[in-house]
Amino acid sequence: MRAVDITWGVPERVILKGVSVDCRPGTVTGLLGPNGSGKTSLLHVLAGLLRAQSGQVYVGERSLRELSSRDRARQVAVLEQHAVTGLDLPVRQVIELGRIPHRGRWPASRTEGRDAIDRAVRLAEVADLLDRRWQTLSGGERQRVQLARALAQEPEILILDEPTNHLDLGHQIDFLTTVRRLGLTVIAALHDLDLAAAFCDQLVLLQDGEVVASGDAAEVLTPATIHRVYGVQTSVGPHPESGRLHVVWHHRVPVGEFSEPVRSAAPR
Amino acid sequence: MSLALASRRAFGLGATGGLRAFGLGALLVGVLLVTVVMGVGIGSVPIPISTVLEVIAQRCGFGGEATLLDDQIVWQLRMPRVLGAAATGAALALVGVVLQSLTRNDLADPYLLGISGGAAVGAVSVLVLGVSVGGLLATTMLTLGSFLGALGALGAVLLLATGRAGDLPPARTVLAGVAVGQVCAAYTSFVTIMSGDQDAARRVLAWTMGSLAGLRWDSATLLVVVAVVASIAVLAFTSDLDAFAFGESAASSLGVSVNRTRWILLTGTALVTASLVAYTGAIGFVGLVVPHVVRLLVGPSHRRLLPLSALAGAILLVWADTAARSLIDGQEIPIGVVTAVLGAPVFAVLLRRERTR
Repeated sequence: MRAVDITWGVPERVILKGVSVDCRPGTVTGLLGPNGSGKTSLLHVLAGLLRAQSGQVYVGERSLRELSSRDRARQVAVLEQHAVTGLDLPVRQVIELGRIPHRGRWPASRTEGRDAIDRAVRLAEVADLLDRRWQTLSGGERQRVQLARALAQEPEILILDEPTNHLDLGHQIDFLTTVRRLGLTVIAALHDLDLAAAFCDQLVLLQDGEVVASGDAAEVLTPATIHRVYGVQTSVGPHPESGRLHVVWHHRVPVGEFSEPVRSAAPR
Repeated sequence: MSLALASRRAFGLGATGGLRAFGLGALLVGVLLVTVVMGVGIGSVPIPISTVLEVIAQRCGFGGEATLLDDQIVWQLRMPRVLGAAATGAALALVGVVLQSLTRNDLADPYLLGISGGAAVGAVSVLVLGVSVGGLLATTMLTLGSFLGALGALGAVLLLATGRAGDLPPARTVLAGVAVGQVCAAYTSFVTIMSGDQDAARRVLAWTMGSLAGLRWDSATLLVVVAVVASIAVLAFTSDLDAFAFGESAASSLGVSVNRTRWILLTGTALVTASLVAYTGAIGFVGLVVPHVVRLLVGPSHRRLLPLSALAGAILLVWADTAARSLIDGQEIPIGVVTAVLGAPVFAVLLRRERTR
């Protein structure tokens, strides 16, 4: 999936200012940035839920605009930040929603897509939740069920908007491990820099609707960049035990007063 | 594979919920048939069920010995009214389901959202302007006026209630609907009274609270056609409506053309409501209550919810109308009074749930 020079805004404000992102098939891309930097808007443009005012999104070789909404939904599945419903839905029916883009207009046999649903249930590890009702699920369980719904769409591209929000550390790791294992092209907005570094093949950092850095974790997550974007002084380096890139924050710094960190571990 | 399992597979009813819905559907079809026959029998002149069946058989060309008087009461007077009631109830329930799912609002219903009131405004305006031409043209004009009124009211409510983000907050939608509905009812009452009709007070009630007293075969046939067409058309939208469970953006991500679907369904809703209101006045609570009760029984999946709601709405309105015309000797209660007595308690429960959510 590739986005070229995307611009989008509301009448009062331009939210995305010429954003380009290139996600290679089968890789996980982490979308970082402070609140209000345009992450959700960009994800919605990539998913075809918002139409860019200028710029193009390509799925493979084809522009997203050429695809019908049904065809789009067969290739791109979305997990929104908040999945809210007032309905008392059984979990199984929530997952079956994922078959809608594959179904015809008139009610057809319920056996349609059974294999895809079984597979989604297995991959998202929700077999034990199937007989529960949506309203009784915990945050982590809801996230897994929505993942199963998205996988039932049999997409090539999975778009996740802060999927680890409201999850405890264990469930965050479980969820991202599951997502990584799928082998799909994944684009996920994330807040936790350590998790992003650990689970993503490439990172894209947004600030005020512009890409300020992109590349692998060590390129994007430097103390200077983090200071510029988040206004926080940090040390960044491989953790002595895990070996993974690790961000330690020291204190909030007003933008413009950046000084070299006291004990900076050099990036790889 | 057992026969039961095979038939379940064949009907696409994998889960037990599906089987239950299927059973409930069969039950409701039976109840509806019994309801129609009993509804025709009950009235100021009670007709035994055997006679009702005999008249129906005779009319269907199977022969019989029903008297002319029985035929007159059963076939000419009561049958169109009962069938019209069933059609109206079914269509109101369908409209209620569609509005509730589309606006994700538990309290959405054509009456509460002011659509019925707007339709009555249109219909009354056409009548007052005096369409003296008879037959098809008058019917068309009445329905058209009613449709424009319904669209106008719906447009006004959506305009008043839509938030900056394009959302429809439930409480504001209902407030806007009530406001628009009240203005419409005021206009309808005023115009009806000013038209100088001897019978003005009764006609005001008929428009604002509903009445099926005016149904004859021509209008009843139209209502049945509307109900049948609406039932079939709405089945094409079961998946789309299911997709709205988690909101518009989720529906869009599932491949539903949200704007087009919303536009088609809202216009269709206004059209159906308008056709009903032009002949029955504004009947409340059916579209609100029936979908909720059915949803409690079979869940929110529209392929079950829509047909079963239509059946339940039909049954409910036939009984409500039977009560309206036979509870008090020699006088009709507006049918809205009956549906309000049945529906208001359910409405109160829903309001409380809305508050705690």
